[in-house]
Amino acid sequence: MKKITIVAILILCIAPFIVYAAESGMPLERAPVDITDNASLQRGAESFVNFCLTCHGASYMRYNRHRDIDYTNEEILEKMVHTGQKVGDLMLSAMRPKEAEEWFGVVPPDLSVIARSRGADWLYTYLKAFYRDDTTGNGWNNLVFDRAAMPHVLYQLQGEQKLEVNGDQKSLLLDKPGQMTGAEFDKFVGDLVNYLVYLGEPHANARKELGMKVMLFLLGMLVLSYFLKKEYWRDIH
Amino acid sequence: MSNLFNSMIEWIDKRFPLTSNWKAHLSEYYAPKNFNFWYFFGSLALLVLVNQLITGIFLTMNYKPDASQAFASVEYIMRDVDYGWLIRYMHSTGASMFFVVVYLHMFRGMLYGSYRKPRELLWLVGMCIFFVLMALAFTGYILPWGQMSYWGAQVIVSMFGAIPVIGDTLQQWLLGDFTLSDAALNRFFAYHVVTLPLVLLVLVFVHILALHETGSNNPDGIEIKENKNSSTGIPVDGIPFHPYYTVKDIVGVVVFLFVFCGIIFFAPEMGGYFLEYNNFIPANTLQTPDHIAPVWYFTPYYSMLRAVTVNFLGIEAKLWGVILMAGSVMIFCLLPWLDRSPVKSVRYKGPYFKIALTLFVISFFVLGWLGTKSPTPLYTLLAQIFTVIYFAFFILMPWYSKIDKTKPEPKRLQE
Repeated sequence: MKKITIVAILILCIAPFIVYAAESGMPLERAPVDITDNASLQRGAESFVNFCLTCHGASYMRYNRHRDIDYTNEEILEKMVHTGQKVGDLMLSAMRPKEAEEWFGVVPPDLSVIARSRGADWLYTYLKAFYRDDTTGNGWNNLVFDRAAMPHVLYQLQGEQKLEVNGDQKSLLLDKPGQMTGAEFDKFVGDLVNYLVYLGEPHANARKELGMKVMLFLLGMLVLSYFLKKEYWRDIH
Repeated sequence: MSNLFNSMIEWIDKRFPLTSNWKAHLSEYYAPKNFNFWYFFGSLALLVLVNQLITGIFLTMNYKPDASQAFASVEYIMRDVDYGWLIRYMHSTGASMFFVVVYLHMFRGMLYGSYRKPRELLWLVGMCIFFVLMALAFTGYILPWGQMSYWGAQVIVSMFGAIPVIGDTLQQWLLGDFTLSDAALNRFFAYHVVTLPLVLLVLVFVHILALHETGSNNPDGIEIKENKNSSTGIPVDGIPFHPYYTVKDIVGVVVFLFVFCGIIFFAPEMGGYFLEYNNFIPANTLQTPDHIAPVWYFTPYYSMLRAVTVNFLGIEAKLWGVILMAGSVMIFCLLPWLDRSPVKSVRYKGPYFKIALTLFVISFFVLGWLGTKSPTPLYTLLAQIFTVIYFAFFILMPWYSKIDKTKPEPKRLQE
C-alpha cells in the first residue's frame, strides 16, 4: 500500500519536468534557441520582416510588442514597418490571399504560432534543406517537407544545394555558393528561428520570471502550512 | 469587537441556518482520523473547479465564439490581454489537472471500497460529475477552433452518427448543421460556459451533501459511526473536519500548487499533452490531419473505440467501438454491486483483488498510451488485449471478489 502511494507521489512530482521528443520522418538539427538573447531576436526580427512578411503574415502579433526585445517604438517603425502601417498595428502580410493562391497554389500559412505547431528544430532544419529539383513547379524541393509550395527564398544567401542519393541515405551538397558561408547562413537561420520561437509566445520570458517568484512564494507557504498543520495535529494520535 | 461579531452571527442565525450548517459540515463533521495521501484529491478537485470557473469567466470576456474569429481571439488573449496568457494557461492546465485529481480521487474510491454500501449514491453522483466533466472538456476543447479542436470534435460527433436508425438525425440536431461549423461552435460554447457548469455545480453540491450524510470512508474501510463515545455520541475515531482537515488540506493544496504552477509557468504545453501542437494550426475544414489524437485524458477510451476492427453479431465494427467506449466509462457505475467482498479496503482484501486492480491500472495506462499513437497492427492487437483486461476487471469482479482470501477487518482504525 505504501509503495503505491510513493510511486504515485513520484509520478506526480516529476510530471511537469518530463519532456517528450517530437516525432519526425528525418532527423532534425537542433535549433540554437535562446529567447533571452535580444540581439539575436532583433537580427531575426529584421530578417523576418524582410524575407518572410512579404508572403506570410504574423497577424496575431502587433509591431509595438517588440519593445519586449529592447526596441523603442521609433526603432520598430524604422527597422520593421516597411508597409506604411502604424506601430500598434498587427503584422499583416503585404500579399493578398487571393493572389497568393494563384501564385503558390496555397495561401502561405500565418507564422504567428508556427514555432508552436512545427517546433524550432523542424523550422531550422526545413529552412536549410531546400535543394534544386527540376521536377517541381517552382524548381525547388525540400528534404524535410517534400514538394513544399514555398520556393527557396533564401537561396541568394545560402546558395543552391543539390540532392545526393546514396542507397537509402539522402544528403544535400552545396552546388553554387551564395553570399554567405555555411556558418554565416546557419547563424542567420538560427536567429530567424529564434525569433519565430519568440513570436509564438512573446511573453515566455515574463512567464518564467513570474514563475520563479510564484515558486518562491509557494515555498514559504509550504513551510507555514506544514507547521500550522503540525501544531493543530499535536493532540491527535 | 467579539461582542459585535457574536451579535451579528446571532442576528443572521435567526434568519439563516449559518451556525448550524457550519457545525454540521465543518466544525462538527467528524471525519476518520487516518486519512492519508489519497484523501487530498476531493478538496483539490474543488480547488480546480473554482480555478476553472474564475479563469473561465475572464476568458469569456475576450473570447469570440465565431468560427472566423475564435482562433485569433485566443491569440489575442495570449498577447494583448493583460495577463491573458496566465489566465488561459491556468484554464488549459486546470482542465488537464481536473482529470488528474478526479482520476486519483476515483482510484482512491476503488482502493478503499468507498463505493460500497452505504455510499452507492455518493459514488453514482460522483460518476455523473465525471460524465459532465468529460462533456465540459470536450466542449471546451472545441473553442480555440484549431485543427485538433475541429477534427477531434469531428470524430466524437461522428460517433453519434454511428447509432442505428436515429444516428444521422441526432448528429444534425447536435450540430445544428450538416457539418461541424459555426453553428456547432456557438452551441458548444453555450454548453461549455452556461449549461454544463451549472449542472456540475449542482452535482458537486449534491455529492458533498451525500458524503456528509453517510460520513467519509477511510483507508481501513470500516464505519467509524459504529463506535461512538457513549456520553458525547461522537465517533471515537473521528475528528472535526475543521480545523484538523482544513489545515491538513492546505498543505495538500500548496503541494498541488507546486505541480500546477510548475506546469503553468515552465511547461504549459506539457510536451504536447496538455496543449497539442496541431491545435496551434487554425481549423482547416478541407485538410484532415495525418494523425488525430484526443487530449491525454480521453486516450484510454479512444483506444477502445478503435480496438474493434471486425463486424460481429450483426453489429458494425464502428458501432461496437462506440458501445465499448461508452461502456468503459459507464461500467464504473456498477462497481457498488459488482464488488462482493466481505471487506471494503484493499488493506484487508486478498491477492485476487490486488492482482486484478494492478492489471486494471496497467491496462488503463497502456490504453492511454496507445490512444496517442497512430494505429498499427501491433498496436491494435495490444489495444484489443488490454480492452479485454479492462472489462474483465469489472465483469469478473463478482466472482473473484467473493472467493478471495480476505483478512479480518479491525474494530478500530489502525495507525
